Amino acid sequence: MAKMYHKEKSIQLKSSASALYNNLSVLRIAPRCLTYFTVVHANVVNMVSASWDGLNYSHRQLQSKEGNVATSSSLIMQAAWCVLPSRDLLVLTSQKGIQMYESDGSIMVYWHALDTPETPTAKAVFARGIAAVREKYICVGVSSGSVLVFDVPSKGSNITLSEVLEEHKEAITDMASECSGNLECIADLVSADDSGLLCVWKSGEDFQLLNKIPGFDTSCSSVKLWKGTVIAGYGTGQIRLYEGVTGILHAEVNAHARWIYSLDIAPFTGLLISAAEDSWVRVWHLSLTPETNSVEIEHMYNECVTDTQICGAKFCDGDGYAFAVTGYDLSEIIRYTQA
Amino acid sequence: MSQRTLPLLIINLGGEMIYILDQRLRAQDENDDKTQRGRWTDADRKRVMNDIVGTMFNKAFLEELLRPQDLYSHRALRTVLTRIAHASIMRLNLASMDKLYDLMTMAFKYQIALCPRPQDLLLITFNHMDTIKELVKDNPSLVNQINEAQRQLIEVYTPISDGEFQLIRHTLLVLFQDMQIRVSIFLKENIQNPNGHFVLQTSGPVPYGFEVPGLIRWFNAKGREVRRTRFPSGGSYVSAVRQGSFDLSGDRVTLLGTNMYSTPSPEEMDPSTTSKSQRKAKQADTMPNPLAKEELNLLAKLMGGMEVQKLSNVDAAFKVNLLALDQEEEGIGISEGTEHQSSRVINIQATQDQLASTELARIAGEFDEGGIPTEGLGNKGDDLLAMMDEL
Repeated sequence: MAKMYHKEKSIQLKSSASALYNNLSVLRIAPRCLTYFTVVHANVVNMVSASWDGLNYSHRQLQSKEGNVATSSSLIMQAAWCVLPSRDLLVLTSQKGIQMYESDGSIMVYWHALDTPETPTAKAVFARGIAAVREKYICVGVSSGSVLVFDVPSKGSNITLSEVLEEHKEAITDMASECSGNLECIADLVSADDSGLLCVWKSGEDFQLLNKIPGFDTSCSSVKLWKGTVIAGYGTGQIRLYEGVTGILHAEVNAHARWIYSLDIAPFTGLLISAAEDSWVRVWHLSLTPETNSVEIEHMYNECVTDTQICGAKFCDGDGYAFAVTGYDLSEIIRYTQA
Repeated sequence: MSQRTLPLLIINLGGEMIYILDQRLRAQDENDDKTQRGRWTDADRKRVMNDIVGTMFNKAFLEELLRPQDLYSHRALRTVLTRIAHASIMRLNLASMDKLYDLMTMAFKYQIALCPRPQDLLLITFNHMDTIKELVKDNPSLVNQINEAQRQLIEVYTPISDGEFQLIRHTLLVLFQDMQIRVSIFLKENIQNPNGHFVLQTSGPVPYGFEVPGLIRWFNAKGREVRRTRFPSGGSYVSAVRQGSFDLSGDRVTLLGTNMYSTPSPEEMDPSTTSKSQRKAKQADTMPNPLAKEELNLLAKLMGGMEVQKLSNVDAAFKVNLLALDQEEEGIGISEGTEHQSSRVINIQATQDQLASTELARIAGEFDEGGIPTEGLGNKGDDLLAMMDEL
């Protein structure tokens, strides 16, 4: 059987990837034939812009704000692009707060400081979990379990905190918005936390909680929402597929031998990619049958990234034609393309 | 990130340090040259071990570690560990301390990276503590001290969720990021690649509580399994073994954190595999960062008050070479490599009462109160408590 994907030339990074969940974000800019990648290294975000012809690479590094004060550092937990109809923003979440930049990282348009206690408490304080929802919301999770909803105008820096959602009791790990492009889907956002709890939301002036799917006391480190199906990756190496609105479990996959760090969906084809600390990247195919309301998941491909604890894996395009991978202590983005 | 990382960091790194120092002191005793000016006897080794372990598990020190706080920088960490190493009659020069630190950190980095589940970090810590207890078993009060420390760790860390433990682990991995020092014993055992990255197996038992990859199960609306299929996982994984014990004592199951230096292999004993070469001392930073200074000041206060028992018949000017440069190298556990960038190996020198003139020495000097303390431990304890109250 011919291999589904083959390895391409890697992209070099200015510094290595830190061990963090979902530590790779990709933004495809078709009009300029460019793809942007971001990878977090401690208190710095490495941005690389790669031209599609493979000839031009440019690098930029963004620092976490208030990380250079002598009293403490501010490590970045996650960096991700938020694609809204009118604009794309790059969002950084750290121990101190939330930074939002224009998509090329050139200008910071917004800063939201977290309430940090004066003396350190046993429970860490940080922001983590980033999702763009519908036309104008950016949602960010916090270690307390809160989900902050920001209202984003079509241009300018007049971003405001519109709502705080308080359903989770444990630290938010990841969030995802409906990515199929289907406007009929009721559920717009899913949030996940360290207890494995999944909350499914409908966006609006006031966000509405549609469902709470309890966890099994295992952290859900990565989550996706596609055609109303929640795809959740857990610390136990399992992936679960739930129907978002009802909470019905469709399927459970014993996918990895170590903690899952990253999930991604190619919305046009239903390809799913999962990556874990066990060095494996696996590609699956999801299909939905609306008549029977059933979900099918089929295993397609395995790739072993030798001696690497993978911390990020994302498709580079909506069809899943190519994907990129990052690993702890690796100073490169490894790329694969369909053969 | 996590505010609860420091105790695990110090105890595990300290544990690795104790393994290495113990092994080197034993080697010195076995391969002794009687014409040498100083001798390290087994009694000396035990004394050094007792002093070092006593310092590391000092009650006030542990309390300070257990306070929620940010992780220390490498510089501050190194200073703490150097002070612990110098808690007795043994002194390490700067070059040796450099190498000891490199070896300790790479060993712990390996343990953190390969830790099957984040909470197994605690099992690794307990492995270190179990082995240390064994090393000082002739000293019941010290064993009690360690047990007490272990009880405190159990109390603090048992309620922590796997997600929070992963945060601790991620915080530690940031500290050790980009450290790719090649360690001879790791290269030999095939745990490390020539490029410095650790070898990760895609076979063996899955962690406790995990399922072997390869199964997909489908459920109906009522939650009943209706179908199952298999897929090729690519690796050769088997079911999990039993869980390690998180109690005061018990089978920890994992070998991570146990003493890998305790039994030398035949090749390592062969002097012909070693070669002599000069090692350049690392440049000490001249500018301490403000955070490190704060940490050092606090620790200086705490550790300066600790009593170090010295036998009255030890001549303070007595010079001892643990491993003199002009002697033939032993290769036990740690062998010499070639003078090559890609295969730096560790060679430890320890001398009694020989301090290099560096900032480190100055700091160590700050801690030494000079002479033999005559006050009873009770008075010192009061001073320490008073200091803690002021914090």
